[in-house]
Amino acid sequence: MKWDEFFVTGDPLIYGADVSIALTLIGVIFVLTYFKKWKWLWTEWLTTVDHKKLGIMYVIAAVLMLFRGGVDALLMRAQLTVPDAGFLDSTHYNEIFTTHGTIMIIFMAMPFLIGLMNVVIPLQIGARDVAYPFLNAVSFWTFFMGAMLFNISFVIGGSPSAGWTSYVPLAGLELSPSVGQNYYLLGLQIAGIGTLLTGINFLVTILKMRAPGMTLMKMPIFTWSTLITCVIIIFAFPVLTVALALMTFDRLFGSHFFTLMDGGMPMLWANLFWIWGHPEVYIVILPAFGMFSEIISTFARKTIFGYKAMVYSMVVIAGLSFLVWVHHFFTMGAGGAVNSFFSITTMLIAVPTGVKIFNWLFTLYKGRIRFTSAMLWSLAFIPNFVIGGVTGVMLAMAAADYQYHNTYFLVAHFHYVLISGTVYACFAGLHFWYPKMFNHRLNEKLGKWTFWIFVAGFNLCFFPMYFLGLAGMPRRVYTYGAADGWMSLNVLATMGGILMGIGFLILVYNIYYSFRYSPRETTGDPWDGRTLEWSTAAPIPFYNFAHVPEVKGHDAYWIAKKEGTDKIKKPYKPIHMPSNSGVPIIMSTFFFISGFGMVFSWHWMSIAGLIGVLATMVMRSFDYDKGFYVSVEEIEKLEQTTK
Amino acid sequence: MANNEQTHSHFPWSHVIGFALSIILTLFALWVGFESGLSNTMIIVVVVALALFQAAIQLLMFMHISESEDSKYQVGTILYSLFIAVAVVAGSIWVMSFGMDHMHMPM
Repeated sequence: MKWDEFFVTGDPLIYGADVSIALTLIGVIFVLTYFKKWKWLWTEWLTTVDHKKLGIMYVIAAVLMLFRGGVDALLMRAQLTVPDAGFLDSTHYNEIFTTHGTIMIIFMAMPFLIGLMNVVIPLQIGARDVAYPFLNAVSFWTFFMGAMLFNISFVIGGSPSAGWTSYVPLAGLELSPSVGQNYYLLGLQIAGIGTLLTGINFLVTILKMRAPGMTLMKMPIFTWSTLITCVIIIFAFPVLTVALALMTFDRLFGSHFFTLMDGGMPMLWANLFWIWGHPEVYIVILPAFGMFSEIISTFARKTIFGYKAMVYSMVVIAGLSFLVWVHHFFTMGAGGAVNSFFSITTMLIAVPTGVKIFNWLFTLYKGRIRFTSAMLWSLAFIPNFVIGGVTGVMLAMAAADYQYHNTYFLVAHFHYVLISGTVYACFAGLHFWYPKMFNHRLNEKLGKWTFWIFVAGFNLCFFPMYFLGLAGMPRRVYTYGAADGWMSLNVLATMGGILMGIGFLILVYNIYYSFRYSPRETTGDPWDGRTLEWSTAAPIPFYNFAHVPEVKGHDAYWIAKKEGTDKIKKPYKPIHMPSNSGVPIIMSTFFFISGFGMVFSWHWMSIAGLIGVLATMVMRSFDYDKGFYVSVEEIEKLEQTTK
Repeated sequence: MANNEQTHSHFPWSHVIGFALSIILTLFALWVGFESGLSNTMIIVVVVALALFQAAIQLLMFMHISESEDSKYQVGTILYSLFIAVAVVAGSIWVMSFGMDHMHMPM
């Protein structure tokens, strides 16, 4: 292989990316060396097993991926603004919509939510860390390495271009001979390990480590939504693992699971992909529902309306989520019985979701509402998500779906549910829990600018797409003709996209501005919160709770504040905490090396990487470090410095 | 952090036996598929039986299904797992069987 086959060449945009990547790397290395921060970085962050720090790293990675995915989106909008534009050629456009979809779902939405879960869940249930802190670090680093492996594809070897769904035969070896598709398979495979481990870890954490008194029906709604999400992850992700492995065999070792020839079944890939893919949609929406519930309840100053109905509706959604996958390919033509069945199950999901919408509205009813940034995102979520949900029911009707399928109507629908569901929730949760993560609030004024510009931009961008879809514009086309008459709506959509980009930039500026100028928190309870995370001190000590709290209801801290039992001091006891470890990042680096080797079919490299993975596992098995105890004197000293 | 205090001083025999059995059963399934010369129907029956046997071994040897004190959770989990397994496997066969008759599968 020559160097110009290894690196992607010939496109000025890619050369620009090369230069910016090189400059960023040099800049990071220079800053770390100049300020002598390497050791700090290693001991405080890269080897940490603290759920709060891992959560912060997840969120930072997710914001970076949001930037990458957002740039992809703006490039697509630039190309589609006018008919017959020549900004991107068809191959480049295909690569960009593929990476946009994959990155936004797998490397932006999930890590953003998992990051906030990491920060919040142990605090919310009164625990000092997750059940398996070491495993939590493995989760983060495998996700990170998987994401990096996927991301380097656009400068080394070429990006995948078969769509985020990677349908065969298009994604097969005959029609996608370049290594791009291998990056997709290996990047998702490695990141998927991390997600599965997170699912197991948080399931055990929530089931086993709740503070005394917190029965299942006294858990905060966000904890409930995370628990249910974990169950879905545990059942759904193995299907993706198997499907990715089978396609990897097809592409690298000449098997015939999904090929057109020799008894392969191309549609089986679509079938397996969506058996994972539909539950995946709920993996990214249920935690969002949980966050909105917490935020709406806090800023309406009322306990959540219909707590039990909220819990049961999530359980029902989780169960139904495994029974609807065929609605993604009604047009395969599996016959009336199959399509009717999956049509009905799909429409059924609207029922528990509707219950939740009404519960949020009734929580707001007669509440004394405070319009903070976090609350504004949650309030905008309700009408926008309803638009997405109602058009979802339209798509659920199999016969009508033959019209909507693969048009911009569908694109508008899933952006309405994913952006106003998941992305709004990520922003709302970020504003809400930011003081817990960084000990200062995000600036409210800038936060509201972000909100209004982004929400206006979002609706301007995606609402016209419903009509583009009804006018027949297919998705995944890199250009259209003037005679199609789609230009005016596309211009509107591009303007909306630019507004969303501006909103994002204000958010990033807000992070910098608040870091410099926001007053530091003096109490751990900036919003007059209701759940246990707000009972922790500011800055939050690494062991979270000096005393394990007692829980009397699902608004545990609110009840304690009302009863005046939130300030009671008992004598401290030594606290057991886990030790840091460098094994997770080293193991994940070996995963990266192995994955990179497989992408290029350099088998010596992939085998060497796998040996490294095994070696680090053996190392871990013989590691008898059982953590350490924080002494009573140390706790007393730390408790005096916090408020 | 939850149960780190437990000591695992004894040699993990059940894990080793489970691991060895899993490999042997997998190799045997491979041999049945490629070398045994049985009829296709028979191969499928044997491989499915081996798969179920291996699933049972995994549950016993690695998942410690017999060691829990709370059988209510266990029954619930197993029932839900069965529900998902049936939905996914039977559902896939139902969905994918459409049009199979004109695909000329070498069965």
